[in-house]
Amino acid sequence: MTHSIKQIQHGLAQKKFSSVEITQQYLDQIELHNKTLNCFITVTGELALRQAKAADGVIARGEAKALTGVPLAHKDIFCTDGVKTSCASKMLDNFIAPYDATIIEKFKHDGAVMLGKTNMDEFAMGSSNENSYYGAVSNPWDLERVPGGSSGGSAAAVAASLAPAATGTDTGGSIRQPAALCGISGIKPTYGRVSRYGMIAFGSSLDQGGPLARSAEDCAVLLQTMAGFDPRDSTSIDRPVPDYCERLDEDISGLKIGLPAEYFAEGLDAGVAKVIESAIDEYRKLGAEIVDIQLPNSKLSIPVYYIVATAECSSNLSRFDGVRFGHRCDNPVDLEDLYRRSRDEGFGDEVKRRIMIGTYALSAGYYDAYYLKAQQLRRLIKQDYEKAFNQVDIILCPVTPEVAFKQGAKTDDPVSMYLQDIYTLALNLAGLPGMSIPAGFSQGLPVGMQLIGNYFNEPGLLNVAHQFQQATDWHMKTPEIT
Amino acid sequence: MTLKNEDVRNIAQLARLQISDSEVGQLTTDLSNILALAEQMKAVDTSNVTPMAHPMDATQRLRDDEVTETNQRDKFQSIAPDVENGFYRVPKVIE
Repeated sequence: MTHSIKQIQHGLAQKKFSSVEITQQYLDQIELHNKTLNCFITVTGELALRQAKAADGVIARGEAKALTGVPLAHKDIFCTDGVKTSCASKMLDNFIAPYDATIIEKFKHDGAVMLGKTNMDEFAMGSSNENSYYGAVSNPWDLERVPGGSSGGSAAAVAASLAPAATGTDTGGSIRQPAALCGISGIKPTYGRVSRYGMIAFGSSLDQGGPLARSAEDCAVLLQTMAGFDPRDSTSIDRPVPDYCERLDEDISGLKIGLPAEYFAEGLDAGVAKVIESAIDEYRKLGAEIVDIQLPNSKLSIPVYYIVATAECSSNLSRFDGVRFGHRCDNPVDLEDLYRRSRDEGFGDEVKRRIMIGTYALSAGYYDAYYLKAQQLRRLIKQDYEKAFNQVDIILCPVTPEVAFKQGAKTDDPVSMYLQDIYTLALNLAGLPGMSIPAGFSQGLPVGMQLIGNYFNEPGLLNVAHQFQQATDWHMKTPEIT
Repeated sequence: MTLKNEDVRNIAQLARLQISDSEVGQLTTDLSNILALAEQMKAVDTSNVTPMAHPMDATQRLRDDEVTETNQRDKFQSIAPDVENGFYRVPKVIE
């Protein structure tokens, strides 16, 4: 059972099935496979069927909105009023959010049905979904392998057809990398395009929400609901939202696609490189002009990211103090003990490491050498892209240096895990929009292709991705779950 | 940059994290490795580069000073670990 969002919208409109029927089908799939895959932290079956029933009434009255009756899953980083919102942390295991994130509100407004909350790396910190208090998620293409992270539950759920689409967040690759490793499509919009209100903060100057779905077309439909100015997010950009589906069918002949030399250098697995090469050939056939470009400061994105992101995380996560919400230790002897033990018990190892690195980078005497230096280098990374976009319309490169790796392969060495993010971090540092779409297979596992656009050029990105998906069928491949 | 166990204990104190004696050694190694990665930044001269805090160099918006939120104290305190008469309770701070 594999439906696109488009097919579900069509089926509901044509009365081929009701929202209750399609929602029940997905709930049945979740029931069947979630024990194996561990994609969901919370399944909201009862709520979903209630919402679906209401949606069927709305459809019958002819009052359907964009997503009325369409079932979706949400990353457990988005606050959902009255529903547990854990961020995959023991710290928030008992947290029932008292309000909805803006994007949740928008999906409710447009009539979508919520199937449940998906698993992730704790506080979105990780590249393998192994840092979850609720256990690792399996890659549906090979259960012994990771689905990527941090939106690993969302990506695996869509790949395994436990949900037709899901939301995710991307601070350093957390939408694109799991989309690539699970063989689905995902878009990380321009910084400020999607509201961060009610999205539990990790690196505030980097975090951005976006959809994961089977195709670019479905991503366009979901982004339409998610995008837009929000006065409750101080970094939200007040700028009209274009129609993301309008340009999908545009011809891309003559379009200039840049290949950054630094992204095809040493460290890229030969099998992955081969798949990307054939994708580039496909674009040649579609009439695009392929141009070699340089992004010379790319190699700095790992150190810069792991200073900026950890500094911001140490500040953001100071709100978890065991006083107002979340985990509190038993019998604290004094306030200091309450803070320290609540945080020690509530946070996992990777979260603690990042808080400590960030605390160090911001501490007196080290601020200039680490945080300020990183913010300066961040500008150089951004300037590389500005130059590149004077030459080309879209940048194409791999998403990950290798296909999905085995669970446990990198858990003992945080730095080797960080190196997985080499191709995805720079885009967040620059604030640019990017996509990952399926480009083929290596060793029987999906390979993702990354497309990067200029600021607010989501319509152009979606167009380029959709044209590839009209010419190929990699995005239609689904795993056999055994 | 190589950290000593004592540095890590100090950072943990600043971050209000309890670190057990058995964890200190491994954490010192891990944090030193991560900071070694950050050392690569030193190789680039950035003396005339303005630090970048926001991708679009946007500044904070101001709004009129109006009441926009309703009082939801009871709802918010229903998920708090310990409250009394509308207050959050913590161990005694001042003797």
